[in-house]
Amino acid sequence: MGAQKAPPPSGDVALDVRDLRMRYGTKDVLTGVSFTAHRGEVLALLGPNGAGKTTTIEILEGFRMRSAGEISVLGEDPAHAGEAWRARLGVVLQSWRDHSRWRVRELLGYLARFYAPYATADVVRPWDVDELMDVVGLTEHARAKVQTLSGGQRRRLDVAIGIVGRPELVFLDEPTAGFDPHARREFHDLVHRLADFENTTVLLTTHDLDEAEKLADRILVLDGGTIVANGSADQLARELTTQAEVRWTSDGRRHVHAVTEGDPTRFVRELVTNDLGVTELEVRRASLEDTYMSLVHRAEADQPDRSAGPALTGPSEQTEEVQS
Amino acid sequence: MTATTTTRTDARWAAVRAGLSRGWLETKYSIQEPGDVVWIVAFPVIYMVVLLFMRGSTVPGTDFALGAMVLPSLVGMSIGFGGLTGPASTIAVDREDGTLLRAKATPNGMVGYLVGKILLFALTTLVSLVALVIPAFTVAGDLRLDARTALLLVLIFVVGMVATVPISVALGSLFKTASQTGMLFLGSMLLIVPSGIFYPITALPEWLQWVGQAFPYYWLGLGARSAMLPENMVTAEIGESWRTAEMFAVLGAWAVVGMVLAPIVLRRMARRESGSTVAAARERYMSKGY
Repeated sequence: MGAQKAPPPSGDVALDVRDLRMRYGTKDVLTGVSFTAHRGEVLALLGPNGAGKTTTIEILEGFRMRSAGEISVLGEDPAHAGEAWRARLGVVLQSWRDHSRWRVRELLGYLARFYAPYATADVVRPWDVDELMDVVGLTEHARAKVQTLSGGQRRRLDVAIGIVGRPELVFLDEPTAGFDPHARREFHDLVHRLADFENTTVLLTTHDLDEAEKLADRILVLDGGTIVANGSADQLARELTTQAEVRWTSDGRRHVHAVTEGDPTRFVRELVTNDLGVTELEVRRASLEDTYMSLVHRAEADQPDRSAGPALTGPSEQTEEVQS
Repeated sequence: MTATTTTRTDARWAAVRAGLSRGWLETKYSIQEPGDVVWIVAFPVIYMVVLLFMRGSTVPGTDFALGAMVLPSLVGMSIGFGGLTGPASTIAVDREDGTLLRAKATPNGMVGYLVGKILLFALTTLVSLVALVIPAFTVAGDLRLDARTALLLVLIFVVGMVATVPISVALGSLFKTASQTGMLFLGSMLLIVPSGIFYPITALPEWLQWVGQAFPYYWLGLGARSAMLPENMVTAEIGESWRTAEMFAVLGAWAVVGMVLAPIVLRRMARRESGSTVAAARERYMSKGY
């Protein structure tokens, strides 16, 4: 499921990834990732830690060489693209101690200079630095040293640096890791503004379903090195949550049956036909959150044989008895 | 196609100009930082004290002031030390903290970064040279100070920077972590021993003389002495000659080697840099608990 069900390419395609594979030594990190992103779309690459999100985004940024697959980022292969391509791209990095002595306005002004030669008739490059500081809410810290900024302010500076060249496509890797709820919310507003006003394509990674639902037009769920679901939060809820639980009582005993694939109706019909003593019948569909959490748990348990997992990919059905 | 080429050239020049502003800003930030200022002036202050103690002493067997003999060598050494150790140590730091990754994420950002580094170290080395001017007054009477001195010193400074900064950048790119750069200081100090800075090279065993002459320190010292010492002091040098042509040839060779190697090594190193390598460095740093 997933990638193949994506809508056919229409309009400007900002990102086109086909069967991307990555192997470190004998370990396959990506086993075939395919997706596309259109101009102005906000995509969230969602997945548990270790699913290959960072590897994917770093390959698209041109910072890492892939093992196999076809990639087009703004029409070029990131492995061979030049500086003119780089100028159309925004990479929001997580700052740590870099440029700690620099003053906010001077750092933005310095980085902005590199983009001026890449201005076109359609795109004015770079952003006016004062206007940009206003957009990200750093105007009052213009003369502050980077090392004196709070975590949230620093992150806004990271975003400002990422977009100072008015990029057509922005990459954000785990943008709100370590944020408090307030800073997280401010950051979400900023991403929305970016996509709405600037028609910028955004690809972000997160392991937080809630964040993906809030920010993205489309969510790609990455698991075990491949995209297992691709769609809006609503589509995902329908597509992913095929798992249902059927509970009933028979002969005074409580039963639970997990239907992991397909429609539970058939199972229920057979059940009530074959067992006339069934009472207290209950069919409960897992929520998107349940499904995602089971995926995360499975990834954390790091089972060597992934197909034996309980949730998305396993076709097995099981019934267990519970004492009530 | 012509439009693309024009853009590319424009973009390179924009990056060089941005790099100059970077070098200027970083110098400004650096001389506002007490820790850096101590580092920049520490050696000149030590030399100053040494020179003051040498007051009244003469070169054995002559009536030539010992301080006047040593000062030009120190000028040469300061140029070499500033150019060789400074860039290497900051490159390892910049790599760990993500400065290099930002440069990589910016179009032509590496050009700006390198230009900025060269200017920064040229300027801070100049600051430490200015600090040597003060003790120079105490022995000025014995020195040769004229237009030729000034011209030669400027030339030696420029050639010295070009001969040392790229090599240092290449060496710095080879270090995996910032803490490994201590090795560089150690190595640099060892190279000063056979360089004829503190001890006349002619008094060393011949094999050590050859080692000394293979590295920039000796030639920078020799160049500075040729600029600042009276003509008759040439008798203390190898072959009783200032060997000006050889000096520029050897330093020029180092410059060429550096210019060829530095971009290759830097590019190879930078290719490996990504968000996750910086995150890993941060993790390493945090786990050390300081």
